[in-house]
Amino acid sequence: MRSDGAPFEIVCPAGTPAAFRTAVDAGAHSVYCGFSDETNARNFPGLNFSRAEMCEGIAYAHANDAKVLIAINTFPRAGNLELWHRAVDDAARMRADAVILADIGLLAYAAERHPQLRIHLSVQAAAAHARSIDFYVEEFGVRRVVLPRVLSIPEITQINAAVACETEVFVFGGLCVMAEGRCSLSSYATGKSPNMHGVCSPASHVTYREEDGELTSRLGEFTINRVGRGAPVAYPTLCKGRFKTALGCGHIFEEPASLDARHLLPQLNDAGVTALKIEGRQRSRAYTGMVVRAFRAAVDAMARGDPMPEELLVGLTEGQQATSGAYLKTWR
Amino acid sequence: MAARLTLGPLLFNWSADRYRDFYYRIADEAPVDRVCIGEVICSKRQPFLQECIVSVAERLERGGKQVVLSSLALPTLEREIRHDWELAGSGRIIEVNDASLIAALKGRTFHVGPFLNVYNEATVEYLARRGARLVALPPELPTSSILGIAGARGDVEIEVWAFGRIPLAISARCYHARAHKLSKDSCQFVCGNDLDGLAVETLDDRGFLAINGVQTLSYTYANLIREVADLADKGVGSFRLSPHTCDMVAVAQTFSSVLRGNLDCDEAMVRLEELRIGAPFSNGFLRGSAGADYA
Repeated sequence: MRSDGAPFEIVCPAGTPAAFRTAVDAGAHSVYCGFSDETNARNFPGLNFSRAEMCEGIAYAHANDAKVLIAINTFPRAGNLELWHRAVDDAARMRADAVILADIGLLAYAAERHPQLRIHLSVQAAAAHARSIDFYVEEFGVRRVVLPRVLSIPEITQINAAVACETEVFVFGGLCVMAEGRCSLSSYATGKSPNMHGVCSPASHVTYREEDGELTSRLGEFTINRVGRGAPVAYPTLCKGRFKTALGCGHIFEEPASLDARHLLPQLNDAGVTALKIEGRQRSRAYTGMVVRAFRAAVDAMARGDPMPEELLVGLTEGQQATSGAYLKTWR
Repeated sequence: MAARLTLGPLLFNWSADRYRDFYYRIADEAPVDRVCIGEVICSKRQPFLQECIVSVAERLERGGKQVVLSSLALPTLEREIRHDWELAGSGRIIEVNDASLIAALKGRTFHVGPFLNVYNEATVEYLARRGARLVALPPELPTSSILGIAGARGDVEIEVWAFGRIPLAISARCYHARAHKLSKDSCQFVCGNDLDGLAVETLDDRGFLAINGVQTLSYTYANLIREVADLADKGVGSFRLSPHTCDMVAVAQTFSSVLRGNLDCDEAMVRLEELRIGAPFSNGFLRGSAGADYA
């Protein structure tokens, strides 16, 4: 429970200054964002913040009683730690409310150089058990951990009963089916990875080709899916593709579904979760505003003891499959 | 001194008989310095190995190998943590594959496995302060990163993934069970059907990945036979060979001969091709290109 009575802190994505202001205006308690370079895990063209834009964003958020969490959550390249160190130094200087880190070396740097800077453990660290989380809390003073999307609600409950920091969970948007930060599928096909370059299945390596009345989507040299003319074409994220094994053909890893845990908010509250994270720094300002408003309305309704607004998020996942992911054990 | 060879932990679900026979032969015949044993991927498989793992460890030690106990790559359950912490109490060298185990090794030396994210010299420095003496790097690192780390840390042995299907991802979901339309809880251990993993092909029949329970590997086999000598000259201390059903003694002999300067790379490549593993080789990660590539 927050001091304002809300059961959760709503943590919203911002890929651009415009989306940042939209998220704050829509009622985000916190906004997370990154610098425009490979220090953050959404290093997409046209996305993220210059130093000046970040300063302006922080001023705007603080004037509106919102917090800013700066994601510096890729793994620094050997021999070139300076870029990542500068990102942490700048976040501290700009009075960001927290940095979101994954790399052990960078955590050690931030804890030593900026003891007053609040550290959140990125989902990219894949800390999936209380003992892992204890390590980061005891060694680096981590105050909050973003839990990997591999845990069920009973497991999250156990973690919260055991650890000395807050937890934050993903509730809406893209769904990694692999433990985050432990996946090199993208670099196996393209040479570009989330951990090293802040990208997954990058658009620069996607091609579409029409042949025999079918549309084939490829990532690097590999066919990810093929659909008939007129059928909806999902972006060829590697783990959401269709492949073959000796047992048959289909979505071997996961359907092209996105995460939607809105119906699990009461259970996540009972499980002791502090913050709800919405994925999508690459999404449009309009999308960000709509999702944030809907989640804020839901959280406010919970605070009043009212039922969940039924119209919540209607339309946002329309035409696309949604899943509760690993929160329900049957997903496994 | 020539670089060392490590036989990594078996990643697949083999029967206890096959497991024992495999390691007894390694103990007697394979020119490797170290052998990592223990279940890394799925704790449900662990009970099957309990009966033979002690005799395997003792046999390997009698064969002159250093035995290293590998921990789980993604422990999430209490019993999994308990299992890993019991390993830590065994007195043997532990290969840490998850941060949850580091606290259990306070005041002791240990090895770091390829499932713990180590991408730079600062992380190695931190782990060395905590007692790490060997760090097996994640297979996706390019040569520039490998050499940057190896050059900065003379006191920690740096190991590189040199042969075998490459671990690419791990999940809570079991893809073997899913492919067989089973739930993870009643999986019937179908992963045991595929001794080198279940091949995953693209819709146009190109080998792409391999499924091993909750783990996803490459379809290709990493093969750095042409690169190991140069990497060793530049400070890489050890190379990892990952167990498969192909003749791993021959694989170890080939790498050992190249590292000792007794075999040239072309001849070594011919010997590895003669193993007929049924999938292409790859070395793309080293060059920072697609990991599936070979050049």
